[in-house]
Amino acid sequence: MAEDIKPRIRVPQSAKKDEIIEIKTLISHPMESGQRKDSQGKTIPRKIINKMTVAFNGKQVFEAKLEPAISANPYLSFFLKCTQSGSLEFAWTDDDGSTYKATQAITVA
Amino acid sequence: MTESLHLPRRQTGVSRRQAVAALGAAAALMPFAASASPETAKKLLSELAKAEPKAGKVQIKTQEIAENGNTVPVTIAVESPMTEKDYVKAIHVVADRNPQPGVASFLLTPANGKAEVQLRMRMAETQNIIAVAEMNDGTTWTATREVKVTIGGCGG
Repeated sequence: MAEDIKPRIRVPQSAKKDEIIEIKTLISHPMESGQRKDSQGKTIPRKIINKMTVAFNGKQVFEAKLEPAISANPYLSFFLKCTQSGSLEFAWTDDDGSTYKATQAITVA
Repeated sequence: MTESLHLPRRQTGVSRRQAVAALGAAAALMPFAASASPETAKKLLSELAKAEPKAGKVQIKTQEIAENGNTVPVTIAVESPMTEKDYVKAIHVVADRNPQPGVASFLLTPANGKAEVQLRMRMAETQNIIAVAEMNDGTTWTATREVKVTIGGCGG
């Protein structure tokens, strides 16, 4: 299902200096909790996004550690104070070790 | 375009009676649900945040009654100027009657400007959401909020 996993980010393209902007992220992912059983009664193995990190110009600004209690297609939003132009790098880590990445540029006027 | 971030909501269109019946069926199918308890949730929190938290500064915003426990939007806001000298280092979220108490932990930095995060969580049944904020000076603050769940989101 790895090909279905697609991150989506909404960041204002430009911001004023020192403006605090909201960053919304969503990644399509089943977040299989490891609690469910299939029709044969076997437990479906856990497969979730367990970590999400955000760096601004290479410096980490936000990190989230996620548990199975997070809904499928995990949505997260947080804030960022814009001090300079640069790029935001997002990375999601899956239980199976794969990482999904996205970047977004911000122009600060 | 806020819509682009929201997946289409499934229209279930169940009547109250169907909902109650489904709730009963769901309860019968989930003998393993609710293995977390207020005690295990508290224990996990004490492992995550070392100091004994005081009530205050943290605000949990969510709906009072969640019809669908599969996705309950929750906003956690912490009072803080978010400067280099005074900022929120981490926010931990737990739920006390889910199969596992942990929900999420967020690590913040002064670069965030505002200590507020939003997430969507699963809730197996009516229970408390507990949030603890760790400040950079070592103090911890907490808030608890009960959410009533109509249909549990444990996916049994």
